[in-house]
Amino acid sequence: MNALTYPHSIDIDAQSERPLLDVSGVTLQYKTRRHLVTATYRVDFQVFQSERYVLLGPSGCGKSSLLKAVGGFLQPVEGAIRLNGRTVTKPGPDRMMVFQEFDQLPPWKTVKENVMFPLLASGKARRREAEEKALDCIARVNLTKFADVHPHMLSGGMKQRVAIARAMAMEPDILLMDEPFAALDALTRRKMQEELLQLWDDLRFTVLFVTHSIEEALVVGSRILVLSPHPGQVKAEVNCDGYDHGAVGGAEFQALANRIHTMLFAEDVEGPGQSDGKGAYA
Amino acid sequence: MTDLSFSPRPRPPGGPPNSRREPPLRPEYERTVTATGPIGDVARPLSPWERLGNVTALRRLLVLAAVAALWQAAAVWQNNPLMFPTFTDTAAALWDGIRRDNLLSMAWTSLAVLLKGYAVAVVLAVLLTTVAVSTRIGNDLLSTLTSMFNPLPAIALLPIAMLWFGLGEVSLIFVLVHAVLWPLALNTHAGFTSVSETLRMAGRNYGLGGLRYVVTLLIPAAFPAILTGLKVGWAFAWRTLIAAELVFGVSSGKGGLGWFIFQNRNELYIDKVFAGLVTVILIGLLVENVVFRWIEIHTVRKWGMVR
Repeated sequence: MNALTYPHSIDIDAQSERPLLDVSGVTLQYKTRRHLVTATYRVDFQVFQSERYVLLGPSGCGKSSLLKAVGGFLQPVEGAIRLNGRTVTKPGPDRMMVFQEFDQLPPWKTVKENVMFPLLASGKARRREAEEKALDCIARVNLTKFADVHPHMLSGGMKQRVAIARAMAMEPDILLMDEPFAALDALTRRKMQEELLQLWDDLRFTVLFVTHSIEEALVVGSRILVLSPHPGQVKAEVNCDGYDHGAVGGAEFQALANRIHTMLFAEDVEGPGQSDGKGAYA
Repeated sequence: MTDLSFSPRPRPPGGPPNSRREPPLRPEYERTVTATGPIGDVARPLSPWERLGNVTALRRLLVLAAVAALWQAAAVWQNNPLMFPTFTDTAAALWDGIRRDNLLSMAWTSLAVLLKGYAVAVVLAVLLTTVAVSTRIGNDLLSTLTSMFNPLPAIALLPIAMLWFGLGEVSLIFVLVHAVLWPLALNTHAGFTSVSETLRMAGRNYGLGGLRYVVTLLIPAAFPAILTGLKVGWAFAWRTLIAAELVFGVSSGKGGLGWFIFQNRNELYIDKVFAGLVTVILIGLLVENVVFRWIEIHTVRKWGMVR
């Protein structure tokens, strides 16, 4: 059953010595037709093996830009991003992305073919092996019955599961998730968060997760990077391991959520309206 | 504004007394869901009539039959067989043409030339659009060329083609390529540019690049637009070919459909002229409703990209 081989065997000491992902002094800028926008300013953070690292902040804090930069889609104008000591220069299959949009799955491929596609395209596996891996990953996200169905027949939650299975099958060094559950309804979102944690329990992969919901960050993450907006700068790093949906109502959880909320919206002059949908109770 | 009084929020204690209406407090309940028995069939099969109405081919045949009936009625009312033969006369002439005048082999002559030109144009369009999506100068090249040549009628190039390539098939293929290439390239390019950013990023995330990126990601993702381009190109090619044959008659010694129409008009066999036109129409219908439809069903419809 365990066809996925994540590196459990790495020496614990060596692990704690060197971060898997090292983002140092990264400034990101992008051009619109009229402006040169600075998305993040000198952001530093490090992600270690098997962490569930969350980038949290309101819109405009550059968290998605940071994720895209780690993915290799955006070049930093200042600073460097290193994965396993090597500088990231272009997109590659060692960093698999899960996007928010449902159209990330090529519609002309069935669920199984979709999961096999990156394995074959990157030359990571031959057809036989790719098929085995794909079926195994599809089983892990409970979609075995839908393996031969085209994506347009699936619900939003199922499409996101396929995207996760597709990323898992590649056994990337780091999994990049860009608000993967933001377009789902609240019930499905909660279920998907639980499933992601379950998968992590089984496989102990490393994930970099972007969200604007404090609750989601606390539930999904093990460590949170809090970013301030315009441009994105690091405000704090918070540990939050061990919270699940059962802890949401608890006093400790609420205290931490409030602490982060205050960090994000302390100098907010526009009043509570701004925090709607992004606050602790989103 | 009055329905704002239906706010479910409790009044704050000690707040100002609310003079608006409050909703009534009603008892709660829970139920167990009954079996579907008393409700009846959850899914009822459609009646045979409803199902027949869902057969597209049948509905289209009905339209064709109506057009034929209208034609027949108009021609009988006109009563001028020299200028406007009836549907039945045309059908008879068509049958006669197939049996005695080699209409089918003439149609095949036209089709064979058409297919050659079409194939060359498709290959060129793929190459041109690949260059256009890979480089910025390629993009400029394609945009400029299509805006220059797309409005230029292919038939207008025929005199030049005849000068360059002589009275043979090559001239016809040249104008056919011109007729197909630009609309197809234009549609394909439009399809490529409308592929969603997320899908592009996913493809590059897999490490795809260059020609592999175009073939395995962009072409299938843009296939609805490409298919439209292929259809438009087909129609342009068919028109151009018939017109070229009409104007210049013979292609490499063998007459095509256009020649058949031209010759019979000269001899005032108007029913045969109509038969030739009907053949052109029938081949068009066949290609559109069988060939392209088949492609459509097995690609874009199956993938849910087109309803």
